[in-house]
Amino acid sequence: MKLLSRVTADVKHSPSAHSTLDVLWVLYDRVLRITPETADDPGRDRFLLSKGHGPAAYYAVLAAKGFFPEEWLDDMGGWDSPLGHHPDRVLIPGVEIGTGSLGHGLGLAVGTALGLRAQGYLDTRTFVLLGDAELDEGSNHEAIAYAAAIRLPLTAIVIDNRSSTHGWPGGIPARFPNWGVSVVNGRDRDEIERSLRIVEDRPRLVVAAL
Amino acid sequence: MRDTFIATTTAILDEDPRTALVLADISAGSFDGVQRRHPDRVLNVGIREQLMAGVGGGLALTGMRPFLHSYAPFLIDRAYEQIKLDFAHQDVGAVLVSIGASYDAAAEGYTHQSTGDVALLDTLDGWTVHVPGHPEEVAAILRDAARHDDRVYVRLSTQENSRSHPGAGLHVLRQGGPLVVAVGPMLDPVLEATRDLDVTVAYTGTPRPLDAAGLRSAMRTGEIVVVEPYAKGTSAHLVSETLSGLPHRSLHLGVGRAEVRRYGSRHDHARAHGLDPAGLRRSIEAFLRG
Repeated sequence: MKLLSRVTADVKHSPSAHSTLDVLWVLYDRVLRITPETADDPGRDRFLLSKGHGPAAYYAVLAAKGFFPEEWLDDMGGWDSPLGHHPDRVLIPGVEIGTGSLGHGLGLAVGTALGLRAQGYLDTRTFVLLGDAELDEGSNHEAIAYAAAIRLPLTAIVIDNRSSTHGWPGGIPARFPNWGVSVVNGRDRDEIERSLRIVEDRPRLVVAAL
Repeated sequence: MRDTFIATTTAILDEDPRTALVLADISAGSFDGVQRRHPDRVLNVGIREQLMAGVGGGLALTGMRPFLHSYAPFLIDRAYEQIKLDFAHQDVGAVLVSIGASYDAAAEGYTHQSTGDVALLDTLDGWTVHVPGHPEEVAAILRDAARHDDRVYVRLSTQENSRSHPGAGLHVLRQGGPLVVAVGPMLDPVLEATRDLDVTVAYTGTPRPLDAAGLRSAMRTGEIVVVEPYAKGTSAHLVSETLSGLPHRSLHLGVGRAEVRRYGSRHDHARAHGLDPAGLRRSIEAFLRG
């Protein structure tokens, strides 16, 4: 993807930046009901990037979809650039949450899904993307257990490139008891799309394995 | 104060569909009725304080007005990074309501006490801090907080003054010489300690933002004493900033840093920290003698 190379030339976290590309493209091209014109619509689908490091692919996809000018990609991390090495929702159109410190996105996603439900946006979907190493932050497990207990229909996507230092017995799905689970090839866009379209009356986990 | 919080918050939840309450088991039983009426907006996440803050941030991101509640050490100290990143960094707000204060839970021990909550929020931008001194001050604070989207902390205590003084800003209650400022429930002990001293006594139940203009105009001499029910010196930097350019001497009284490894009651802890009337009088007299 041309736009991605435009932004990754000298950026840190390059492997993690590329790991998310196919999932992000499928989300914004095929699944999410959101456009630059509806970026502030209260009923828009929500995508929260919890794994805020390595946002190059995220920025490239948002630029390709017209949320901000492609020229912004040339100066990531610069003093005059809205694009940091971790995204800031206040500075970037289309970005739902500012992240960087790991373990915040899933809790915010649970609150977002609850807020949408309480206001009657029953068809609005909430997605959150995490890294497999990010799951080592204990705050995620507070959210995982609670979302399952209240059968909250949000979708967590975990990019699994086996970067967690100690791993987890039984693999990533074992960390999500009572969630619906799909494990897909993180490079197969059709398989990713099929898994993201599934809606259940409980939270769903999509593991995008690389 | 806790009863007023429960009654007022219940009424707010019944009246305003934009509001939500997020609990982490503490006080959950007191909200059973309103939770049955509004199960989508009264949420008990269990003993998960990081999630309580995250859920609050997420609710606010969708346009709701979340109230969060627990003991001060669990609400503020434990989830500090969530408070830092899930609210201000996302450009959203919430109403955080704590109980327990510095040592209301004296017999529970240090784990259930927070003396640093206000100081921790002082490291962050844009938090209004209410430290009411009387139950009748609580309802108006909560109702006002429900009407906007700013970041508000309400620190409730079982220590209460005999009279209420509603409204933000500095209330000058007695005119005299050097200024003694009492924050929240420290007013009654300050009034008793200074009964026959020639001092000006002022009260605030809203230490943040500090009423700088009120403080400057209440100065009668070059001496000021600030008595706070949380960590000693928490407001020292703001008082110093407010009075910069005015020659002055200051004394800051509050809860000491050293852990008091004793149980007993909050009265025992007040005495141990010199915050009972006798202790306050000793400190204030010594300061005024120069």
